[in-house]
Amino acid sequence: MSDTRNIAVVVNGKSYERTVDTRRTLGDFLRLDLALTGTHFGCEHGACGACTVRVDGIAVRSCLMLAVQVNDKSVQTVEGLAKRDNLSPLQQAFQDRHALQCGFCTPGILMTMAEFLEENPAPSEAEVRNALSGNICRCTGYQNIVDAVLLTADMLRKNRDTAQ
Amino acid sequence: MSGTSFGASPKRKEDPDLLTGRGRFVDDIVLNGMYAAAFVRSPLAHARIKSIDAKAALAIPGIHAVFTHHDLPATLRERRLPLFVPHPTLTSRMQHALAKEEVCYVGEPIAVVVADNRYLAEDALQLVEVDYEQLPAVSDCKAGARADAPRAHLDLGSNIVSRMLSSVGDIDAAFRGAKHVFQEEIFQHRGGAFFMECRGVIASYDAAEGALLVYVSSQGPHRVKRALLDLFDLSDTQVRVVTPDVGGGFGPKGSFYAEYAVIAACAMMLGRPVKWIEDRRENFVATHQERDQYWDVEIAVDDTARIRGLRGTLTHDNGAYTPWGIVLPWISVATVPGPYVLPAYHMEMLSVLTNKVMATPVRGAGRPEGVVVMERLMDRVARELKLDPAEVRRRNFIQPSQMPYNVGVVFRDGRKVVYDSGDYPACQDAALRTIDYHAFRERQAEARRQGRYIGIGIGNAVEGTGLGPYEGAAVKVATNGRITVSTGATPQGQSHKTTLAQIAADQFGVPIDAIRVETGDTSKISQGIGTFAARTAVNAGSSVHLASVKVAAKAKAIAAKLLDVREEDLELRDGYVQLAAIPGSLGAASDNARQVRKSLAELAVIAAGMPGFAMQDGAEPGLESTAYFTATQSTYANGTAVVEVEVDIETGRVTIIRLVLAHDCGRLINPMVVDGQVMGGVAHAIGNALFERMLFDDQAQPLSTNFGEYLLPLATDIPRIEIVHQETPSPLNPLGIKGAGESGTIPTIAPIIAAVEDALSPFGVKILETPITPQRIVELLGDAALGRTR
Repeated sequence: MSDTRNIAVVVNGKSYERTVDTRRTLGDFLRLDLALTGTHFGCEHGACGACTVRVDGIAVRSCLMLAVQVNDKSVQTVEGLAKRDNLSPLQQAFQDRHALQCGFCTPGILMTMAEFLEENPAPSEAEVRNALSGNICRCTGYQNIVDAVLLTADMLRKNRDTAQ
Repeated sequence: MSGTSFGASPKRKEDPDLLTGRGRFVDDIVLNGMYAAAFVRSPLAHARIKSIDAKAALAIPGIHAVFTHHDLPATLRERRLPLFVPHPTLTSRMQHALAKEEVCYVGEPIAVVVADNRYLAEDALQLVEVDYEQLPAVSDCKAGARADAPRAHLDLGSNIVSRMLSSVGDIDAAFRGAKHVFQEEIFQHRGGAFFMECRGVIASYDAAEGALLVYVSSQGPHRVKRALLDLFDLSDTQVRVVTPDVGGGFGPKGSFYAEYAVIAACAMMLGRPVKWIEDRRENFVATHQERDQYWDVEIAVDDTARIRGLRGTLTHDNGAYTPWGIVLPWISVATVPGPYVLPAYHMEMLSVLTNKVMATPVRGAGRPEGVVVMERLMDRVARELKLDPAEVRRRNFIQPSQMPYNVGVVFRDGRKVVYDSGDYPACQDAALRTIDYHAFRERQAEARRQGRYIGIGIGNAVEGTGLGPYEGAAVKVATNGRITVSTGATPQGQSHKTTLAQIAADQFGVPIDAIRVETGDTSKISQGIGTFAARTAVNAGSSVHLASVKVAAKAKAIAAKLLDVREEDLELRDGYVQLAAIPGSLGAASDNARQVRKSLAELAVIAAGMPGFAMQDGAEPGLESTAYFTATQSTYANGTAVVEVEVDIETGRVTIIRLVLAHDCGRLINPMVVDGQVMGGVAHAIGNALFERMLFDDQAQPLSTNFGEYLLPLATDIPRIEIVHQETPSPLNPLGIKGAGESGTIPTIAPIIAAVEDALSPFGVKILETPITPQRIVELLGDAALGRTR
């Protein structure tokens, strides 16, 4: 029943070579083969966004992608956001604005919003809500997440202005 | 209170791990040699199992076992799952861990497959052949209550498993003399919890020790442990249940499920750790939900709109078994009176078995339904008597001077509902002021001139919180000075590690990071109930306070002896017991005072005793104390939600323009956390009011089993929520706290429905159901245009 392939992949800047079942999802590969358990499955049908990771910079649902599809690609997971123990500006804003409660959906939301802020560094609230609408959070009512994303955009903009 | 943590909003202790992927949820735990399990579940709502053939499944390499009912340990075959809350009126129906001969809902576990990994286990599921004889199913509770209905279980005499009457005052007299009587039939559906982390359990059995270790995503490991002790006939110290990080609970993770017992049995029988993680499809059919209620009610009022009485019948869909007894419909009935003077009340409750997964508490636990009933009746009275809905409510409020107020009905803890404190008129006023209620009719007229339909609605609720019996806290200072708080309370996002640390930190004079809070482990504290029903801040919070006060006093007593000073001159600060700075003294003097001090570590060493030496003054050993705060009764929080909506009459889409929630949960431990709880609760109410519908066909087959068919509210559906706090301290606990976790949900469904109806008032549309979806709004508009009533 199982067919295997060898894959080479860079995850959070580190290179791995592994033999994987062709039917293994990317999410299972990260969680089970690399022990990167920060990526969570919330629905396994691509609806909730909890398992979102970035493949070559693009946010994808790791429950719908197979591990073999990331061969020769670069993956970033929630474990790759903080530099050592320093939270990224987005992570810090999530703590400052109480944008997480149980924290289960948070990794997927962070990965989705990280990509969004790169594409749209000065979003309106409506744009943030729209970008966030592919991720389900049952705890927060979203408001503090929206505020944390807007705060991050603001801070990054100020940092850029100071740098110039 | 000696410190300043209580009432502040420090950053959460939980966050750094959760933000960096270092949280530990049950599926993140990997034990050596662990197998994975998957369940064969009934595809039919009601059937007799004729045969099960697992030969083909067992032939697959990597499949280790397929167990059915008959393979389970003897005690698990003989005993049924526990009923936690029995009641004399209840004919209880409890489930076998694996179905024996009859299945009574789609999703009921029939067999378990254990394999090397989950992929293989799920492959094998398809190969387990079960032969069924399909039986007629009960899909609707009102139909199921009829004498000629098919039975939800073959051997039931009636599907009505409980009939209970709540009665206050002389109801006949109230209606006989009434100027006006208005009758309504209201249907309500609640849907499920849909926490983002599905359920999961790992069991590991050490045969040499006879020790069972269980990791489970739950709202209270102590009750899971208790159920396992009973089901397997084990001694207290043989079972340890640990709940790691939990990805949301909202009620249903407070139940004990068949899968937990079966996975424990698998670990025992196979001698290997076994993990089961629910997938979302299973979650839709096998995790408990809250369900349909039909209310047939009438209200009697005098010509000034003052209520004389309210009576009627509640028919409640209980689902296939009764794990929580009649808790849900009982709470609904007890919540109806709310903040209003209700001289006479007479409600008959029928709890009906259906062939659907069990209905047990989901955030709000029957209360939002009670509120919808009362608030719909208030709106009806206002409409009929041509009064402002806010004014009708104002005329009926219980006044603060009437506190404590005996409502007369009996709550599910067997005690009379007695409101302890609160100012209901002020709460409504605050909400109305914030939303600029008085100018609304002008806004509405202006909108209508532009062809837009906006409406406003009000919902008031009083909420029993801090339910007993207790929650404990063990506070310990180790001999290295480290402070630990252990509790049976089990967070699922409620920030216990931060808020309980705040309470302890104040007694020890330390920042919250100096307090380690341990939750959800039966080996850390012997008794526990768990986190649900907005009970933790009150029960666990009070226990943390009481135990911390004791430990601090113990530390002072030892230090006073050593330093030869009076205990009352000492204070705890930054890990030391020291002479308290005298107010107004100069810096040098207080510096000097601070040199007269003993560290908590030294004091803990002394408190631990020395081999061969007697304890000082016969003191109890250890710088530690365990407290179990026992609430004498619930403490009652209250809230008012006011909602302004716009309805698109072409598409039926409802947009919430503004939503104000004024509420009173007593003293706030952490305002940031309370606001977070309120906002999340409001979002749940919005889902209940506008989106969430768990659909079944007439044979009780679930029709909405994924997030494409069952809609949860998204970021684009939820408005900015405006919160107004009132703080009326509860007199019933040392910190003056009331519960907050459900306060956003309970009052908020009713005003959304009311606002939609108000927006559509030019068309004469009446809304007596939840949820109200766009399709349904368009349908009601069409009916109204054609002059049809429902």
